[in-house]
Amino acid sequence: MEVLKDVVKPLIAGFGITRRRLAHKKVTFFYPEEKREQYPRTRWRHVLTRYESGLERCIGCSLCAGACPARCIYVLAGENTDQERFSPGERYAVRYEINMIRCIFCGYCQEACPTGAIVLRKDFELANYSREDFIYTKEMLLEPMPLDS
Amino acid sequence: MPKRVETVVLHDSSTPVLGDIEKGGNVIITTVDTVLNQARANSLWPLTFGLACCAIEMMSTAGSRFDLARFGMEAFRASPRQADLMIIAGRLSKKMAPVLRQIYDQMPEPKWVISMGACASSGGVYNNYAIVQGADQVVPVDVYVPGCPPSPDALIYGIMKLQEKIKRGQSPKSLKDLRLVEMTPRHLDPVEG
Repeated sequence: MEVLKDVVKPLIAGFGITRRRLAHKKVTFFYPEEKREQYPRTRWRHVLTRYESGLERCIGCSLCAGACPARCIYVLAGENTDQERFSPGERYAVRYEINMIRCIFCGYCQEACPTGAIVLRKDFELANYSREDFIYTKEMLLEPMPLDS
Repeated sequence: MPKRVETVVLHDSSTPVLGDIEKGGNVIITTVDTVLNQARANSLWPLTFGLACCAIEMMSTAGSRFDLARFGMEAFRASPRQADLMIIAGRLSKKMAPVLRQIYDQMPEPKWVISMGACASSGGVYNNYAIVQGADQVVPVDVYVPGCPPSPDALIYGIMKLQEKIKRGQSPKSLKDLRLVEMTPRHLDPVEG
């Protein structure tokens, strides 16, 4: 009688919880096969955007580099000429480099940018094998040319 | 023990390196090696090495929503003797560096290291006297995962990159690959012309 009270009853109660949990919805999502929908304000990989005409938005002002708390952005500006025009203003970024491993994805560069050139999109698959691979150059960051230009 | 910190951080190639797994030349042995690599990649046992906020995301990765057990990694070991993957989750301070190195040395071969987050990989925003500027100055790191902190999906992507590397039969990075030079874009040469 004592055994029934101390052992069997709690055992049944315990398995009762297990049985109830079996009916619940599964919460696991299978990452490599199905991708989770990211939240609207998620900040991940940077992209340098263009105008509809195909000109770069970046004017090489280095405000993003100044705002960056990790100091991971390097901008080298150059003068636009009428023969070689990259952006609508006077200057453009000759080099634009982000050390992605030092970046903390705070989005301050996006806030500081006067032309909305640098934006943080939702591509989070950035892991890599060596540290040199994380220096993202302007070619890697720049958006492809729009199709109709 | 400040002297010990020095020997850990100022590593040189004369320090003896423990057994390095090289591929055998024999056909049978290489085939066995491929099977072994598959087995190793699909049952990595991580070591719990949460140092800061990244550890929360690491725990979340092991939880039911992201479920690291799908990759055969559910057994987070507290003892380095039973683990073969070290996930450095969080900023590595200079006081913690000798501890990290000792625990790495206690892990059995072959062993891999994932450096999770900006602080563990490069120092992140903490470019100061207290934080080691990259865990790769203390232990050889195989995969770097950027982010502050990386979301569980980003960590899983890093783990998948590591599994890919193991399946390809590449040996883990050894202590010879330790690097002591800090790389930042500020040190790059300007463009000519």
